[in-house]
Amino acid sequence: MSASSAFSDEKGGSSSVGEPEYGHDPASGGIFSSDYKRHDDLKEMLDSNKDSLKLEAMKRIVAMIARGKNTSDLFPAVVKNVACKNIEDPNQLIRASALRVLSSIRVTIIVPIMMLAIKEAASDMSPYVRKTAAHAIPKLYSLDPEQKDQLIEVIEKLLADKTTLVAGSVVMAFEEVCPERIDLIHKNYRKLCNLLVDVEEWGQVVIINMLTRYARTQFLNPNLNECLLEEGGESTFYGSDADQDEDEDEDKKDEALSKRKPYVMDPDHRLLLRNTKPLLQSRNAAVVMAVAQLYFHLAPKAEVGVIAKALVRLLRSHSEVQYVVLQNVATMTIKRRGMFEPYLKSFYIRSTDPTQIKVLKLEVLTNLASETNISTILREFQTYIKSMDKDFVAATIQAIGRCATHIGEVRDTCLNGLVQLLSNRDELVVAESVVVIKKLLQMQPEKHSDIIKHMAKLTDNIQVPMARASILWLIGEYCEHVPKIAPDVLRKMAKTFTNEEDIVKLQIINLAAKLYLTNSKQTKLLTQYVLNLAKYDQNYDIRDRARFIRQLIVPTDKCGALSKYAKKLILALKPAPILESPFKDRDHFQLGSLSHLLNTKAGGYQELPDWPQDAPDPSVRNVEVPEWTKCSSREKRKEKKVEKPFYSDSEGESGPTESADSGNSTFYSDSASSSASGSEQSGSGSEESEESEERSDSDEEEEEEEEEAKKRKTQKKEPIEATISPSGSLKSYELLHRITGEGLWVEYCFSRQPFLPDPHMVAVQIQFTNSAATEAKSLRLEEAKLQSGMRVKEFPEIEVLPAGESATVVMGVDFCDSTQAANLQLCTHSRKFFVSIQPPVGELMTPSFMTENEFKKEQGQLMGMNEITEKMQLPERCQNEHAIVQRVIAAANLSRVPCGSDKEFAGRTVTSGSLVLVTVATKESGPSQLTINCEKMVIGTMLVKDILLALTQ
Amino acid sequence: MIHSLFLINHSGDIFLEKHWKSVIGRSVCDYFFEAKEKAAEPEDVPPVLQTPHHYLISIYRDRLFFLSVIQTEAPPLFVIEFLHRVVETFQDYFGECSETVIKDNVVTVYELLEEMLDNGFPLATESNILKEMIRPPTILRTMVNTLTGTSNFEERLPSGQLSTIPWRRSGVKYTNNEAYFDVIEEIDAIVDKSGTTVCAEIQGVIEACVKLTGMPDLTLSFMNPRLLDDVSFHPCVRFKRWEAERVLSFIPPDGNFTLMSYHVNAQNLVAIPVYVKQNISFFESGSGGRLDLTAGPKQTMGKTVEGLVITVHMPKAVLSASLTATQGSYTYDPATKVLVWDIGRLNPQKLPNLRGSLSLQAGAPKPEDNPSINIALKIQQLAISGLKVNRLDMYGEKYKPFKGVKYVTKAGKFQRPACVAISHFST
Repeated sequence: MSASSAFSDEKGGSSSVGEPEYGHDPASGGIFSSDYKRHDDLKEMLDSNKDSLKLEAMKRIVAMIARGKNTSDLFPAVVKNVACKNIEDPNQLIRASALRVLSSIRVTIIVPIMMLAIKEAASDMSPYVRKTAAHAIPKLYSLDPEQKDQLIEVIEKLLADKTTLVAGSVVMAFEEVCPERIDLIHKNYRKLCNLLVDVEEWGQVVIINMLTRYARTQFLNPNLNECLLEEGGESTFYGSDADQDEDEDEDKKDEALSKRKPYVMDPDHRLLLRNTKPLLQSRNAAVVMAVAQLYFHLAPKAEVGVIAKALVRLLRSHSEVQYVVLQNVATMTIKRRGMFEPYLKSFYIRSTDPTQIKVLKLEVLTNLASETNISTILREFQTYIKSMDKDFVAATIQAIGRCATHIGEVRDTCLNGLVQLLSNRDELVVAESVVVIKKLLQMQPEKHSDIIKHMAKLTDNIQVPMARASILWLIGEYCEHVPKIAPDVLRKMAKTFTNEEDIVKLQIINLAAKLYLTNSKQTKLLTQYVLNLAKYDQNYDIRDRARFIRQLIVPTDKCGALSKYAKKLILALKPAPILESPFKDRDHFQLGSLSHLLNTKAGGYQELPDWPQDAPDPSVRNVEVPEWTKCSSREKRKEKKVEKPFYSDSEGESGPTESADSGNSTFYSDSASSSASGSEQSGSGSEESEESEERSDSDEEEEEEEEEAKKRKTQKKEPIEATISPSGSLKSYELLHRITGEGLWVEYCFSRQPFLPDPHMVAVQIQFTNSAATEAKSLRLEEAKLQSGMRVKEFPEIEVLPAGESATVVMGVDFCDSTQAANLQLCTHSRKFFVSIQPPVGELMTPSFMTENEFKKEQGQLMGMNEITEKMQLPERCQNEHAIVQRVIAAANLSRVPCGSDKEFAGRTVTSGSLVLVTVATKESGPSQLTINCEKMVIGTMLVKDILLALTQ
Repeated sequence: MIHSLFLINHSGDIFLEKHWKSVIGRSVCDYFFEAKEKAAEPEDVPPVLQTPHHYLISIYRDRLFFLSVIQTEAPPLFVIEFLHRVVETFQDYFGECSETVIKDNVVTVYELLEEMLDNGFPLATESNILKEMIRPPTILRTMVNTLTGTSNFEERLPSGQLSTIPWRRSGVKYTNNEAYFDVIEEIDAIVDKSGTTVCAEIQGVIEACVKLTGMPDLTLSFMNPRLLDDVSFHPCVRFKRWEAERVLSFIPPDGNFTLMSYHVNAQNLVAIPVYVKQNISFFESGSGGRLDLTAGPKQTMGKTVEGLVITVHMPKAVLSASLTATQGSYTYDPATKVLVWDIGRLNPQKLPNLRGSLSLQAGAPKPEDNPSINIALKIQQLAISGLKVNRLDMYGEKYKPFKGVKYVTKAGKFQRPACVAISHFST
């Protein structure tokens, strides 16, 4: 309320310009008086112990800084808090906010503190803090560019980060600080490709643009063969026909192959294309454009077409989006017309379009014009001419002119149409037509003397200077085609000379000169009259021209050597103008960029490099397979949940044990060995077929390569397998019998690994073995009838399982802490089997680490109904401690409490997290005792039975 | 990336500015004003302008210009898309995006802008996350804030930013769990003089309103997904599932959002629900003209056409119109030369008709433009493409939600100029 009153006061008050004052210094206006009042408490708030107060204070300070407010008096308090306390605050949001405040202070004296804070935050365990650190890097860089080297180290470190939260921000920092250090990307390339689909939209744009540049330095041009041919003069074929004839394609390939080594796309290049493609479906126009430009610059010609549909979709968005997209489409249509031809009608103009959109659509339509569609386009153009928007009509007439120059067949039709426009009621239309006709006539003047005559008549009526000038030029240039009319026109012009516009006067002089040279008998006097008028004109250009022409054409005693050549000079054959698209060759700028739009290099623009002649070493992108230990240590961190790209079932990390770590590094080995990640197989399957098409005439060299690749893949396979089954002693259960499954044999076991996508699910490891003679396809599980509340996280479909091979995947099941079976449907490409996964009660829990004291304390709270005790006689071989521990742990997924006097085990149920405490008390003589404390009595009862069985058998 | 933002009203006053890096003087906007002067319509101002030291990227929405200043290379669409997101956030927070509303909520606006960009790079643009940090204003809270001087910042710490599901806030709780989906379709058609459809396409969106507790994982399937020619999704939709099974699998944002938009390219499928017989002629003498419009139903699949409004853009020479309508009311605005005939519900038994005479400016030549016609209408419970939602399943939560799908018909535009008519209306 106060804000609005402040507005009206100011508006009515001192401001003389009629603008509210507060805008000049946004923080000083009365509306922020409440902030003033609260300045003093900010210090107190920062020193307080309450998180929320601190956060509030920090945010207010950031807001003040952003308004250009001087916050220097708060500086010590903030820095004290930030550098000493908040940066070590247990709450990650406070740490992040503190860093945001610190890095927003634009004072050079704090550069060292800021550097320290960024370094600290870059290794923070919270990805959100690391993201903030990445955001702070460009801020520090702009404050002190000398920190570049140190900042690059931080960037390098953050680039290695495996979370989607950080990826976009760090690539942004990379682009601002060190875009030239492309070498930093190598090791992270595959990871970035795999994470891409889960990165937030804005980060996706930045990453895709950067990867486009990267790919241009690292891979070979996929269209190289075609380029060679195009140079060889076959460009017309390519230009006019998008759907390539198969045979000719083959021929060309053969020809090219004989010249160079066969082209094989680098798998990393393919990976990028494959992983960006789904983003064409993004709701964010910037993401779609980024993918489109990536395909335009990087994809083989045959694949670029997929972007057309997505770009056409953007044409239904806001007019600003249309404006940018059309500019880019205009550039694309020059190089790759074929892909937009099916969408010709999408570029038809609506009368509601703003003029700038109309003009761009015209540009695209003109670029798309070819012999086949020109009649449709011209019909469409005819309707545009009737539009009320005169600028647009003028642009249409020019477009018709361009179509006429490019497509010889319709030149006469266009010319006739334009001549008809000469009798249009609107002078602007006539004028524009005249200008365009003039250009067209220059191509074949001899055929069209009647048009020239017609235009000569127009000089009586038409007033637009440009049009008058064009007509005069035409008559002068082709005066021998209209020998009778030309002198008459000059006579009329001589009469009106003094009232004409300057450009018209110049053309009158030209006309006079040309006529004097060709027909001096009739026009000598007229010419002299005109030149005399021009001699005393107010405009010096015209006086100049008159003097020059006179010296040149009228022979006098003193005339120089030049006048001998007067005819040659003035009546020289002039080349016909080439009507070119203003978008020609604009694609040397990266599409979608600001520089492309403006057609000038904007500050900070990174050139799109040319493809290398020979591919740089692809092995730089290889990453060692990480050890499992590294992963698990990471998981133990308290904020592990957010570290994992939880949501992405779609790409990369499909299996639960395959965290982002292994996901990126082992990408290729996975896809070939059909191990943990199924989704990649789906991709690779299609890729292989594509590749085999590409290399239909594969030679031995390639086969060798493939062999080698296979070897590499099998070598790499082992470490992953190892990560999936940590201890070999897991008990397997049969899911599908070999005979029922007609050769497909499926087993499952409980891997006892945490299921990362959802911590409330039990990880179930499933092994498929195909013992049939044929390959099995599209293996997947579908939910059939699940008990209420039960949830299943399916593994990604296994596209192909060749005969004799086996594959292992991991899925997650939330059994809701019950031993009810999960009923599922196992589907192959041809059949469906009903299967069920029945968990032993011991698998419904995860180990929980606690000290003996904690154990006793918890046990004390789970007495009475929650305690179940059972006496038992342990067999001989089960007496020793080691055997007992082993058997209990085999029966239930628990961990032993260290240093306990009795043998104590603790765990929590997976779904609800209820404690499960197991105690085995043994005595030298007499029966031993098994005690289980568990809130869930059903679980307790069942567990007692299971453990008893395990210990006594 | 984005350095500063200026908000400029229709008459060219800068009424709000925000700088994310250093302050840039508002004189930079002069280049923009220059371009605005040249443009006939606000929509004709080029969205990207180059000045000696800066680049100006602007959008025009709700009669306001959002002008951003950038200093170095940045993808123009990135900036444009972000600015539109700002407008949408304002609409979401304040119900509309107008100068008055922005001025009334200036503190919230600054707070929002501060959270949406960090050093010029988008930070939190999802409405769910923003709402967790900055509460949308209510009248009561605005009063309390004014009196006590507190801000709209949430007292408790938000956790949404930390999630890898950036569009959904955590800890959502509802007593009534419900999920509604509205299928809204529009036809874009070009109709020639004789009334035959030259080309037609259907534009559709699925607007969702999901109020479900916890982290529901939804799957929406269609009876006839093959109908969809081109689709784009909210980031929550899993691309792979769509590619493989043609189902929408997603963890929804909380509240209202656009789940997907689609395009149906079906020349023969499209049934245009109404027709308009137009007869507008001008006398040779140039003193006046005659107008006769009749609207009737064509293919409405048994549903009633509602909210029918016909708009005619008259030639400049038309001074006034004296007409009689058998149904509804008409207005003619001599300044904009727009004739609006509000018919309402279309009665197939008694077709509405509008006829009468037009008077022309004295001495003006006979107008040759046959005016273009826009038609807006509404049909309930009909998706013109025939798209049907098959079922909605929920995983991840135990309760039974209330589910609903509505096929809505919203007003759109339908246009018939002289020879080529561009119709654009929604069903």
